[in-house]
Amino acid sequence: MTDAERQRRRTRIRRASMFAVAFVLVAVSWELYKAVGPEKGGTIFGTRILARTDDRAMPHIWDMFSRFSESEVRGGEDSVFVVVLRAAWYSFRCALAAFVAGSLLGIGLAVLMARFRFFERALMPYLVISQTVPIIVLAPLIFSLMAYNSRELASKTWLAAVLLGVFLAFFPVAMGTLRGLQTTPSAPLELMDSYAAGWWKTLWKLRFPNAVPFLAPALRLAGAAAVVGVTVSEISLGVRYGVGRLILSYGQEATSDPPKLYTAVFGAAALGLVMAAVVVGIDRLLMRNRPPEAV
Amino acid sequence: MNATVRLRNALAVVLPPLVLGVLFLAAWQAWVVVSDVQPFVIPRPTDIWRSFIDDFDLVWKASVVTGMNALVGLVLGSLIGFVVAVLTNRFAFVSDLVNPLAITVAAIPAVVIVGVLNNMYSLDSQIPRRIMVTISVFFVVFVQVTKGLRQNDATQMELMRSYAASPFDTLKKVRLPNTMPFFFTGVRTAAPLALIIALVSEYFGGTQDGLGSKISGTLNGSNKALGFAYVLGGALVGLLFFAGSNLLEYLVVPWRRRGRSK
Amino acid sequence: MENSMTVSSPEAGTSPAVAIRGVNKIFNQGKPNQVDALVDIDLDVQPGEFISLIGPSGCGKSTLLRLVADLLEPTSGSVTIHGKSAHQARVDQDYGMAFQQSGLFEWRTVERNIELPLELKGWDKAARRQRSQEMLELVKLPEFAKHMPWQLSGGMQQRIAIARALASHPKLLLMDEPFGALDEMTREHMQAELLRICAAAGTTVVFVTHSIPEAVYLADRVVVMSPRPGRITEIVSVALGRDRSELTREATDFFARVTEVREALRGIEMADHAKGIDDR
Repeated sequence: MTDAERQRRRTRIRRASMFAVAFVLVAVSWELYKAVGPEKGGTIFGTRILARTDDRAMPHIWDMFSRFSESEVRGGEDSVFVVVLRAAWYSFRCALAAFVAGSLLGIGLAVLMARFRFFERALMPYLVISQTVPIIVLAPLIFSLMAYNSRELASKTWLAAVLLGVFLAFFPVAMGTLRGLQTTPSAPLELMDSYAAGWWKTLWKLRFPNAVPFLAPALRLAGAAAVVGVTVSEISLGVRYGVGRLILSYGQEATSDPPKLYTAVFGAAALGLVMAAVVVGIDRLLMRNRPPEAV
Repeated sequence: MNATVRLRNALAVVLPPLVLGVLFLAAWQAWVVVSDVQPFVIPRPTDIWRSFIDDFDLVWKASVVTGMNALVGLVLGSLIGFVVAVLTNRFAFVSDLVNPLAITVAAIPAVVIVGVLNNMYSLDSQIPRRIMVTISVFFVVFVQVTKGLRQNDATQMELMRSYAASPFDTLKKVRLPNTMPFFFTGVRTAAPLALIIALVSEYFGGTQDGLGSKISGTLNGSNKALGFAYVLGGALVGLLFFAGSNLLEYLVVPWRRRGRSK
Repeated sequence: MENSMTVSSPEAGTSPAVAIRGVNKIFNQGKPNQVDALVDIDLDVQPGEFISLIGPSGCGKSTLLRLVADLLEPTSGSVTIHGKSAHQARVDQDYGMAFQQSGLFEWRTVERNIELPLELKGWDKAARRQRSQEMLELVKLPEFAKHMPWQLSGGMQQRIAIARALASHPKLLLMDEPFGALDEMTREHMQAELLRICAAAGTTVVFVTHSIPEAVYLADRVVVMSPRPGRITEIVSVALGRDRSELTREATDFFARVTEVREALRGIEMADHAKGIDDR
């Protein structure tokens, strides 16, 4: 093992342990605030700012985790763990579909904009605006359009959630790829010209590889956007099997069964982290032959 | 540059998106009229506009509620993020601890935490929503400012050392100005995020007076024209946030005005 | 010309502007990546003298300059500036410094960049403004006071950096390849300007470069250094007089000195090569 490798391994271990320490600290401060904070909430400058700390508002961390192993509904067969896992897996598949479709759409749009200046000029302002406008609220609309066009689609609320995920995911990919395609250095471009290589050949051999380092961080954003888009749409559409729906319904039981809500929140977090891991894997694969500090 | 050339350049920028936008609206209107789509499925653009004008006070009230939540969270989150990053800059372990949390908050649908926060406050409170926006904004700004504080020009730092400048002078005259562009990158990224979080956090119960609850209520119902009027209101608030954060950066970081278009 | 010779001659009587005595600098001492950057350096620089430090990369010329500036501390030995410790000289702002990168603050106008060291010294605004005007006149860019750095060419930016280094009228100027990033034409022009400015103020200069003609054209003495470990191998006296012009660059004496420095550097290269073979 070389010095550099050892160094890199040490940093990795350090980073991983920092993750663990950070979360332990969050848990400790939760319990600490619960122990010393006002039971009924606190008022500062006439407004309720301090959170309530009773067991209904802030259950103990161990209660949240032990809730996982109990059955979901009284007398039910499945434990909360199984139900949450099933829901998270369902949402994950939707998010993955949205991520893949969104990325492909983004790359396609970027190529289109790089090839035809008119498209860049016409689309770019809308792409920028689309990021300032909360598209995420349009899920119900997408669904009613789908349902109108085909009776068969009327039962597929999950498809509307996926479409919304696509909407959110394509943007970072389109922007990153476009930037990568357009920042190709002029020297290799002239080299390709000297080979009399056409635009598409240059795209494939030069511009795409040049765009890869820009694509990697864009994919990370797209992965997170797909997860958020799908989960939030599940909430606003009431998709029956997803983890978003679970959060909503467990939230309604929160007064009688407070820790249950947290199990669903953990499920959503796990879904996001698994997606992040998938994207990091893709990132590693794409960047495997690049110098470690590129971009 | 003479006037005709300038005019032609301006047209080349404005015309394509204008053409596309008008075409899109026209196609929408034509499709709804020709194939006689029911207004509860999708309204005509002209109906949306009429609804926006007629029910402007409704849209306005809801926009103010959600806009205030987003604004309060954006300002608080940006300030806290900036101050904490500057204060903890000397202690590398702080950012080592905050970074994992920032990565996690960015990767998970963190807005669901509102469902939890709602339990901690009374039902009519806007505070859980504002806290949620503050948290989301904080991480974005903190990460950017920390990055900026670490990327100082080596020559400038050496120069300050050659002046025997105090750490405070170095912070004030080199580090902070160098950090400003990073801070505003953070704020610009966080501005639309703040609005989205404010909107979505209304899905988790609590008072139903904001844009988020109104949109999801009306778009799921039959008065879709009003629903779209609310969406239009949300879009305008979003544009306001976008323009506001860019204007602020333009004013505070004048030396970065060139080349920003790239 | 005669009296300028007396100024730079060692017999001038006053204490040296810079005195470097038995200096060693070791980086990462005791670790596997230990580097002996400088070994047994002795050098006196007389007031008003112009010294060029030249040598292949890794010879420690920039490190030596940073020891004088007290940006680094020697592992052993001493550096004094006009009889003061290097640290005291830095605190008292007895020297000005310019780097290869201009290091201008992009958020400050040209004049406010020049005023930076004065601001840190606590000068009031009017005095600062007056001095920056003077400095801009000196580097012949008075009309650019209100410009932002990015509006200036690379050569102009470097001139502003020199104006900033001279703003507090230091008796000593330390320069680390300040013209290294400029094109040849601008570079020659800047060299002539630097000589004019320093002659006018009687400034002592220590100038790091890796260009042989630049070293010879500017300096009273060229200090040739060698790497691994960094040490002084030869000091070439240039003695072309202080009144140097574009004609100097074509003079036979100039070429003779250039050749002398080049041979000194080639000697280093040969020795290095031989040592490489020995090591095997």
